[in-house]
Amino acid sequence: MPVLQDILVAIRSDTDIVSARQQGRSLAAAIGFTATDATLIATAISELARNIVMYAGQGEVMLQTVEASQRKGIVISARDRGPGIRSLENVLRDGYSTSGGLGLGLPGVKRLMDEFAIESELRRGTTVTVKKWLR
Amino acid sequence: MEVPILKQGRFLIATIQAALSDADLLQLRRALIDKVIHFRSQGVIVDVTALDVMDSFATRTLRDITNMIRLRGADTVIVGIQPEVAFAMVQLGLTMEGVATALDLEEGLAHLQQRATVKI
Amino acid sequence: MSSNKRTANQEQRTAAQSTELLQELVAHLRQNRTQLREEWANRITEAQLLTAMTKEELFAEATSVYDNYVEALATGTFEALQSYARNLSERIIPRGVETHEVVGIVLLLRDVLARSLFAKYQGDFTMLNRILDAYEPAANRIANTVAVGFVQERERVIRQQQEAIRELSTPVLQVRERLLILPIIGVIDAQRARQLTEQLLRGIRTNRAKVVVIDITGVAAMDATVANHLVQTVEASRLLGATVIVTGLSPEIAQTIVTIGVDLGKMNTVGDLQGGIEQAERLLGYKVVPVAETASS
Repeated sequence: MPVLQDILVAIRSDTDIVSARQQGRSLAAAIGFTATDATLIATAISELARNIVMYAGQGEVMLQTVEASQRKGIVISARDRGPGIRSLENVLRDGYSTSGGLGLGLPGVKRLMDEFAIESELRRGTTVTVKKWLR
Repeated sequence: MEVPILKQGRFLIATIQAALSDADLLQLRRALIDKVIHFRSQGVIVDVTALDVMDSFATRTLRDITNMIRLRGADTVIVGIQPEVAFAMVQLGLTMEGVATALDLEEGLAHLQQRATVKI
Repeated sequence: MSSNKRTANQEQRTAAQSTELLQELVAHLRQNRTQLREEWANRITEAQLLTAMTKEELFAEATSVYDNYVEALATGTFEALQSYARNLSERIIPRGVETHEVVGIVLLLRDVLARSLFAKYQGDFTMLNRILDAYEPAANRIANTVAVGFVQERERVIRQQQEAIRELSTPVLQVRERLLILPIIGVIDAQRARQLTEQLLRGIRTNRAKVVVIDITGVAAMDATVANHLVQTVEASRLLGATVIVTGLSPEIAQTIVTIGVDLGKMNTVGDLQGGIEQAERLLGYKVVPVAETASS
């Protein structure tokens, strides 16, 4: 079994999206997530990485294991220095919006994971952090 | 990576491998339209059994493929969505409304045959 | 400024000394491998640990642990030890070995080795002190690594077993070819709802089901979250090419579903399970013929 290390994936093109989600799936499996949960995690990573490519051009996705008082899980941070999000309220509004369609698909990503946090500043960039815990 | 497209009678079968990039999907879209036109196919099966993640882009592209092929008078059916992938898709809110789905190749062909018969 | 330099130099020297001492220690442990290993195995038996194993097995495992222990001391790296610990745990947990046994044997080994150091260096107290200083942190880390590896593996096994138990208590029934019935009884929380969905989807695939009847007659109440799961189950089943019929929908649950914004008209619902099965059979192309008709006269 591999040692669980932090993984940083540079996101610059659509092939990096595939790489990020595959590495995410591997890490999730190594941590002990079920196949279903690993798929949820990989899907969330795919959406977040795609947002980076579409709206910021480039950025990075950090995959980490997290341990906190008897719980173990995975943390994913999607960071970019893109244009930032004008209205967080709008993008988080639940209307089943999907990437490129009516928005960034963030409500969907939120449903896939256990914890969700977003920080964004206009012209500075955006960071989305999501967590999922082992059941 | 190019997706192999096989001709089976009046239908086309595209079998997707895992690790499909966005560019690969767009390439598939163009290839399927070209082939439907070239062979005057009546139906297309896209087999996604090997796909371990279906995100919004994949879903949108499959919907595009279905719509564009319909313009040529042919039907499309997506087969082989894995249970875990289906679960993730509905959580994400991707229901693929308007796109026909079937369990596997066998069911997909049965579906297309039924549709083709109805048309005549 | 100069005191910092002195401290830095001192630290360097201490680190170098520590490594040197550890190497000496490792050499000692390798030289006395046979008797130390045997002593340890005997003490394990005396302490009545690892009773699930035969004497030969115990000795074989003791050998592996000993060698890995010494290797970790020699290299100062613990990755190999970690994977060995997990490997060992995978093998012994099904045999019923418990955590206190694993911790116990590692501490015994620590003890056996420490005593042998005492015996060797008893003439040179200063040297004994220095070598113990070098040995102790490494030995602690090793004990920790093995114990944690074991506990993590145990937790993983327990989670798996819990999942299996949950699955057993929620049968997805194949009633006819291509037709599955999922009767849900009792209280469902979000966790169970998810598990039901996963099971059903896997069942659709395995049984190549075309129609699924989900009967919720036995469900008293459902909150919005679970109602959501039900709707998602219907949608996910469709992605696998199956049609879902929901039966036994009480007025209250129907109301909950409407409240979460789902168009009930889009859901295939039938009053009771019997009616649901009949509709499923129609969808599948079966003709339902009452027995009386077959006996014509």
